[in-house]
Amino acid sequence: MSAPTKEETTPVEPQIQAVGESKPSRLKTYGFYGVLLFFAILYIYPFIIQLVTSFKTNPDATNNSLSLRPDPFTTQAWETLATSDFPTWFGNSVIVTLSVTIGRVFFCSLAGYALARLKFRGRVALFTGLLAIMAVPGIVLLIPKFLVLNYLGIYNTYPALIVPIMIDAAGIFIMKQFFESIPVSVEEAARIDGAGTFRIFWSVVLPMAKPALITLTILSFQGSWNELGHFIIATNNPDLYTLTRGVAGFTTGALGSGNQYPIAMAAALLMTIPTAMVFILFQRYFTQGANTGAEKG
Amino acid sequence: MKAGDPQRQQGAGWLFVTPAILVLGLFLILPIFMALWVSLSDWSGRGSPFTSETSFVGLDNYSALLAEPGLARQDLMISFRNTFYYVIGVVPLQTVLALSLAVLLNNKFLKGRTFFRTAFYFPSVVSSVAISLLFLFLFAGGGAINKVLAWFGVNGPNWFQDSRGLIHIIGDRVGLWSISDPPSWMTDPSVLGLSFWQWFAGPSVALSAIMMQVVWTTAGTFMLMFLASLQDLPTEVEEAAMVDGANKWQRFMNVTVPHLRPTILLVVTLGFIGTWQVFDQMYVMTQGGPAKTTLTPAYLSYQAAFTNFQWGQGAAIAFILFALIFVLTTLQRWLLRDKDAAAQAKAERRQRREARRRPPGGGAVAEQSQRKAQTT
Repeated sequence: MSAPTKEETTPVEPQIQAVGESKPSRLKTYGFYGVLLFFAILYIYPFIIQLVTSFKTNPDATNNSLSLRPDPFTTQAWETLATSDFPTWFGNSVIVTLSVTIGRVFFCSLAGYALARLKFRGRVALFTGLLAIMAVPGIVLLIPKFLVLNYLGIYNTYPALIVPIMIDAAGIFIMKQFFESIPVSVEEAARIDGAGTFRIFWSVVLPMAKPALITLTILSFQGSWNELGHFIIATNNPDLYTLTRGVAGFTTGALGSGNQYPIAMAAALLMTIPTAMVFILFQRYFTQGANTGAEKG
Repeated sequence: MKAGDPQRQQGAGWLFVTPAILVLGLFLILPIFMALWVSLSDWSGRGSPFTSETSFVGLDNYSALLAEPGLARQDLMISFRNTFYYVIGVVPLQTVLALSLAVLLNNKFLKGRTFFRTAFYFPSVVSSVAISLLFLFLFAGGGAINKVLAWFGVNGPNWFQDSRGLIHIIGDRVGLWSISDPPSWMTDPSVLGLSFWQWFAGPSVALSAIMMQVVWTTAGTFMLMFLASLQDLPTEVEEAAMVDGANKWQRFMNVTVPHLRPTILLVVTLGFIGTWQVFDQMYVMTQGGPAKTTLTPAYLSYQAAFTNFQWGQGAAIAFILFALIFVLTTLQRWLLRDKDAAAQAKAERRQRREARRRPPGGGAVAEQSQRKAQTT
């Protein structure tokens, strides 16, 4: 016990401090909200600049980058985007994302259920393999994945964009963890009634797994919509580009001369909208994923 | 009687996992072995790497990258240097920012919590390509960042064209050396193909801009993890510490941080794994430039294979990066866990000693944490 001076003062302090805690002073409150507001501006303002810039002309965007008033106001950037390859990329992104999401949700729950509930030889080994696969960093697989797509002759096709990312080990893991938390009794009742394994999975277990299914749907949607690496190595045909791949090319002069900031901002904004909508609609589930059972209000 | 019998489950079990085994096996495990072969070959990208035209070259690709002096090794070392500065900058900053945001949001008097939480988390759901385009604009020579810096009389750099290293700049400012004429004691000694001057450059201005972008983007995800963990902290514990007279900072360091320890460990580990793989930003924003100062192993591997058609070297870099991430995360996990366990054992010993000395009473937890606060 080193610092006696400090220790001697403590017994008197508690009540005073505890009272002071319950009602923070006005100055402190202002300071607190000031800090929060600073961070909020730091996080929101860039997106406002993005939106405003997409209605500017290129010289205006370059010279008055901080201004919030387009001068002159123009929808030129949006019109250019509409007549470019952008709509094709958007369509490709929709096709790929929907296929990947549906595939992931179905196949990952199927495998997760088997690993959680069905007794078959090799189950433990499979699960160990799954954990090992989850530890492989995705970025080192770019070249290997290209090699196999090339070897199978499906490079530059839709299946090449979709199938390799249709099942991911983390998704199986999430579903397995969830199925293990459901009581077995319900399934046993259905089994006694003579339902087959798939029937039990489809009509009894899956409806109970709604929260996990929604979480997996969101993760898959967001993951495949924002995926870049896989689409770089799966195709070099502009007709098959997804948004991420196509828009990434904007920085290397795909739009002709100059920086073309308004077009880039409009494209970035458009590709953000679908994920933003999913985020706003399912916000509860985003935070619940991390906060299960911790919502105290 | 059919569904329940073990024979039937045997079949159903395998049937259920077959799609997963097929896809993961075909697009994950098989490719790893194919790439292993390519990394030991001289395949140029034409035809199939599995015909007699491609020959086995043993460990040549690996030794060109790691042992022999030359451009390949120099580039790899530059990419390691860049990523090293990137990792030791991004991981602590994003962890501290995420924790600070979470603590701010966890204030029980806070109004509008949902709004702030949404604002901070939102960049995490946005595509890295969209964020990269936005930051290219914000950090442009005449961009918003430099306009704001100008308010304070700072003449902002031309961020993404500036290859000067931060350590070089600082050394120049304090008069340790001059950037235009580096001293010979820095430029002469050479380790693995790079001079001391190159090794100790620090992150370039361009890389620093990318680091700020990544910290800004990812902090939200980790903030949610911290927030969940903070809400699990029983209020009684904190109240007990409060009654015992621990001030805000003491409570934070001795009650909150120990409680968050597992989450901090998780966030730091995920941070390490994520940052070593950095690729998207380099692909979209800088393509490794300026002057190779944003080159990373992941981008170098892509570039070697897809741009320079040196597939063997590209695959070899991927395996080296894989090994590096594996070793570093194992090491880091072992270091942190070991310390954790040691601290716990120490705390237990102290507790036992104290239990012998005096009978247990109320507020023991807070008392102990308070004592720890004063001894440290």
